[in-house]
Amino acid sequence: MTAIAQDRPTQTHAEVTRDVVATLGTHGRGYTIMLGGAVALFLVGLITFVLLLKDGLGLAGYNSPVMWSVYITTFVFWVGIGHAGTLISAILFLFRSPWRTAVYRATEAMTVFAVMTAGLFPIIHIGRQWLFYWLLPYPNQRYLWVNFKSPLLWDVFAIGTYLTVSTTFLVVGLVPDIAAVRDHVSGWRKKIYSICSIGWTGSDNQWRHYSRGYLYLAALATPLVLSVHSVVSWDFAMALVPGWHGTIFAPYFVAGAIYSGVGMVFTLLIPLRKVLHLEHMITVYHLENLAKLTLFTGSILFYAYAIEYFVAWYSGVPAEQTTFYLRAFGPMWWAGWTMIICNAFVSQLFWFKKIRTNITALFILSIFINIGMWFERFVIIVGSLGNDHIPFAWGQLNPNWADWGILAGSFGWFLMYFLLFARTFPIVAIQEIKEMIPMPRKRTGGHR
Amino acid sequence: MAKQIPGVLGSFVHVDAATDAIKTLRTQGHTDLTVYNAAPNHEIEEALEQKVSPVRLFTLAGGLIGCAAGFAMTIWMSLDWPTMVGGKPFGAIPPYTVLAFELTILFGAMFTVAGMLILSFLKPTNKLMYDEKFSDDQIGIFVPCSSDRYSAVEEVMMQAGSVEVRHAS
Repeated sequence: MTAIAQDRPTQTHAEVTRDVVATLGTHGRGYTIMLGGAVALFLVGLITFVLLLKDGLGLAGYNSPVMWSVYITTFVFWVGIGHAGTLISAILFLFRSPWRTAVYRATEAMTVFAVMTAGLFPIIHIGRQWLFYWLLPYPNQRYLWVNFKSPLLWDVFAIGTYLTVSTTFLVVGLVPDIAAVRDHVSGWRKKIYSICSIGWTGSDNQWRHYSRGYLYLAALATPLVLSVHSVVSWDFAMALVPGWHGTIFAPYFVAGAIYSGVGMVFTLLIPLRKVLHLEHMITVYHLENLAKLTLFTGSILFYAYAIEYFVAWYSGVPAEQTTFYLRAFGPMWWAGWTMIICNAFVSQLFWFKKIRTNITALFILSIFINIGMWFERFVIIVGSLGNDHIPFAWGQLNPNWADWGILAGSFGWFLMYFLLFARTFPIVAIQEIKEMIPMPRKRTGGHR
Repeated sequence: MAKQIPGVLGSFVHVDAATDAIKTLRTQGHTDLTVYNAAPNHEIEEALEQKVSPVRLFTLAGGLIGCAAGFAMTIWMSLDWPTMVGGKPFGAIPPYTVLAFELTILFGAMFTVAGMLILSFLKPTNKLMYDEKFSDDQIGIFVPCSSDRYSAVEEVMMQAGSVEVRHAS
């Protein structure tokens, strides 16, 4: 029964408000160092991007036939990161999982910023970045419309909808919490939070529509999140490239996305809960549940990797077999094994409760998960394109500083927004935590 | 500051005290109560005999419009300048289903939010008495009434177990 005892917060309503409001506007040394690092990385990316704008994509390490490389890899990586956030905030909401309340706000914010980061990459990758609006179906003087039969166009709609809906979901969830902050701060901060709370008072009429509306938003976000990475996977699976043309791609990508996203949740939350003094709210119990989610999705990935090799062998198609042989023993064997070890094998360590409940171990393993999942996309994209059907046209990618600069910049861009969010808005959902705590009763006395 | 509506505001620490007050006030004919709380609470909803929010109709309308818009846009644009791609029909339904699905979600979500905002603002609370403790750990009940009813309403609240009762000046 320990687990059940732990799943409800032990504070009073007033303590929840105080503890969360205390995280806002703090300038701890740890926070400043983290934000400084993020801004420095972002500047690296910005400078690289300016140079790309000036000199063109030739600056990056594209090498025929590998014309999708680090930028598309990183795009898929960041879209995937977002998925854990929606899983925790929307899907677990529908399942009424009580442990999600402590971590859902942080993960939902992670989703929004990760998708914002991902959205930059197709634009960087197209080369003439200032013409990105050609992707949208708008009336133009040539009376030409976009090709709706292309998975790349599905992607524009899927990612656009995902960014809009997850931002809406985050903002809607924030409104009652901003109202709580408004009532506990003073001066200019009160004025700003008053505007942001759009007149929220927590009246019965507001809660009546809010609760229902939030439920429907969660119900809409649930199929959306599953569709988004499926659509991303079809960018590959619809093509006849060996290693891409598989029917398992949609569930394989969705499981991978959630696995990578939970990895990022560990990487972000473990330092943040310390810096913002939230160890009593985001506890080992929550982290252990996240670790179980990692184990589940990581095991699906393990299975998908095995099936991919089996299908390649069983298909009898030489190009398919060669691609998979080269993933393990070709010139990029190191990338292939990084992917398998960090995803399939590392996830299996979460069978052990000692590892699931050891915060240092979780943090270290989360770094492996991040690396592993980036390499998974790198192997799928670069490995397959480099060794297509015609050995005559085979080639290798040589990523250079322009590739790594943008990759580093994306981490800076993402972390910068996330850290600024964490000190400006409640990173733990005040309202949802309070909903979990029974209100005091006069008849029985006490708090329960 | 908007002119305040006359009435009585009671603060409660205990949820059962608040529901007692709500039930008594409703039997006395005060059905236009406003109850403030920091989080939704089923006991309060039951005491108020709340009906299900009509926000779901907005969600349904948005979803249907989005789905229709998704198919209409893709099919019309494909037929407006017919270009053969991959030997597929101009109005190819399977690939367009993906776009119609995404727009169903997008419009459904946007209509839901619009519905939440419209329905909430139909009954604005900016002219009602409010206390900052209601977003923290207390439940508030505001009863709009004329000044001759103040003492009767205050009496009900105090008897139910209110920790503080005020009325509009």
